[in-house]
Amino acid sequence: MEHSIIDPVRTLGNGRFGAYGGRYVPETLMAALQELERAYAAVREDQAFQGELAALLKDYVGRPTPLYFAKRLSESLGGAKIYLKREDLLHTGAHKINNALGQALLARRMGKQRIIAETGAGQHGVATATVCALFGMECVIYMGEEDMRRQELNVYRMRLLGAEVRGVGAGSATLKDAINEAMRDWVTNVRTTFYILGSALGAHPYPTMVRDFHRVISREAKQQILEHEGKLPNAVIACVGGGSNAIGAFYEFIPEPNVRLIGVEAGGRGTALGEHAARFSGGLPGVLQGTYSYVLQNDAGQVATTHSVSAGLDYASVGPEHAMLHDQGRATYTSATDTEALDAVKVLSRTEGILPALESAHAVAEAIKQAPKLAKTDVILVNVSGRGDKDMGILAREMELKGAGA
Amino acid sequence: MPIQFPKKPGLVIYLTAGDPDLETTKQIAIAAIDAGADVLELGVPFSDPLADGPVIQRAMERAVGRGVRLTDVLTLCKAIRAERPKGGLILFSYLNPVLRMGMEPFCVAAKAAGADGVLLTDMIVEEASEYMAAMKKHGLAPVFLAAPTSPDDRLKAIAEHTEGFLYAISRTGITGVSSTLSDDASKLVQRIRQFTDKPIALGFGVSNAEHVRTVGEYADAAVIGSAIVAIIEKSTPQEAPAAVAEFVRGLRR
Ligand SMILES: Cc1ncc(COP(=O)(O)O)c(C=O)c1O
Repeated sequence: MEHSIIDPVRTLGNGRFGAYGGRYVPETLMAALQELERAYAAVREDQAFQGELAALLKDYVGRPTPLYFAKRLSESLGGAKIYLKREDLLHTGAHKINNALGQALLARRMGKQRIIAETGAGQHGVATATVCALFGMECVIYMGEEDMRRQELNVYRMRLLGAEVRGVGAGSATLKDAINEAMRDWVTNVRTTFYILGSALGAHPYPTMVRDFHRVISREAKQQILEHEGKLPNAVIACVGGGSNAIGAFYEFIPEPNVRLIGVEAGGRGTALGEHAARFSGGLPGVLQGTYSYVLQNDAGQVATTHSVSAGLDYASVGPEHAMLHDQGRATYTSATDTEALDAVKVLSRTEGILPALESAHAVAEAIKQAPKLAKTDVILVNVSGRGDKDMGILAREMELKGAGA
Repeated sequence: MPIQFPKKPGLVIYLTAGDPDLETTKQIAIAAIDAGADVLELGVPFSDPLADGPVIQRAMERAVGRGVRLTDVLTLCKAIRAERPKGGLILFSYLNPVLRMGMEPFCVAAKAAGADGVLLTDMIVEEASEYMAAMKKHGLAPVFLAAPTSPDDRLKAIAEHTEGFLYAISRTGITGVSSTLSDDASKLVQRIRQFTDKPIALGFGVSNAEHVRTVGEYADAAVIGSAIVAIIEKSTPQEAPAAVAEFVRGLRR
């Protein structure tokens, strides 16, 4: 690195997205974050690393994913043409593996054999357990006990893949609590352990690194929509938990002023604090888990509990790059309620034969609202971040699928 | 009061404010000062104490559950200061409650409450310019932490910016009692000594008189947290002040 004229750490940026981002962590983690920053900066420009990642994304993960014109859905809504970016077709069933694979390759380069991760919906946990199996690494996944209950199938998958799943009972026993526990593990075992953070969250360099690994979504989608339509979409829509699939889907479109970027948060079951995870309408800037961003909190600065039918969106903060895009007005953030998301699952399943994850269904719900307001020549691109197989238990309960009706 | 450690080793005692309740914390604080604590760290309860182990997590959860907030801790600090003008008082917090109040209003209030300094667990020197400026303006000491993993350039920066004392973390990990002190501890303190003459207090895992004696061989003060909080957890509110006082007296015997 000393021989390079351009300092790769500098080109990575300082971890600030406008006022947001940064590094607010216990001192014990700083050396590890700086080591990670240097290692990541080095592989970012490294042909061999990027080549290996690209080859695995193609042959193991199944990239590129299709961009599919949802004709029946579009016609039934009577407005814009809706295209679906099919991240749900990836190996393990969600976009999460783009990032898990990238970070696992980096961990291997750094000589770290022990991997930890948090998971909400279990998709990042499954993706991490999968790449650990692929590379023969030790894998510990932290998961809130509430999430273990509602995403039970993914718990079994992780265990089958050889990972140890550690339940977290603190707080509301969901994603935030799992991240706290993963960070405690990391602080304790920092010398030997690589933390594969699952969203565009946390201290620098994570938000930048995670975004880079998901950028492939918009890189492909931009080219694909030009092939299909000969023009850019009017809007790109993605659900926003921590914000990784959304930042990946938005990124290559940010410099295109005529493409609206719409992030969809979890509206849950009401607008009172604790009933949703809509950070941009209900939150204020603050620091949670290493980064400065919008945080759902009370007036004493205690972080609020959240609710969403989808475990992956059920989180009190949001990635700092989204906070910047929000304040700049470059992206807008709306929300879909639990009910709207459940309805969207049914609509997409029955018009297109595609069962989206409950998280992704929030984005579909927004497309269902937007499409009728637009002209038939307009184009909406929806990122379907994952598939809904993992949600069958919840869907069976919520939709009363056990009887003949529904 | 400037932070001082007249007897060696000095004793820094951590309490989670509002556990079991604010009035009891005040009584415990006074009892601890009278029993020989040089500095008290008043922990601001926070919903997500990611640097803390189970004992302090539980204390925080109880206090947050009772609705104890930063303004309550400031009121408590003022009450302790009124009763014990000479005890060192540090506010110990995660960053978010302080940000919610605003850095400048917080420093004004902390000064008015008679605090000597502030320790923010998740504030590192690189991000601290606004914080340090506000602290300096109001004559408050920002206490920074150093870890066994901190390379020398970081130790140097931490030593330069910390005031009152430098908090050396004995081991990689979270807060919590332990049976033995890590080998990392004395090595870290030696490394820090290259860069500063400011007092160095060693914490994390320091749990008993034997540990305190060992710490006294190489550091200026010992920080005792989880061991105290565990005593409070086991005692009734009525018993807690005397139980903590007895424990503190035993630490330097
Ligand atoms: C399918 C799917 N989509 C979206 C998310 C939300 O995460 P992010 O906002 O980082 O994309 C998750 C998280 O678990 C998920 O499993």
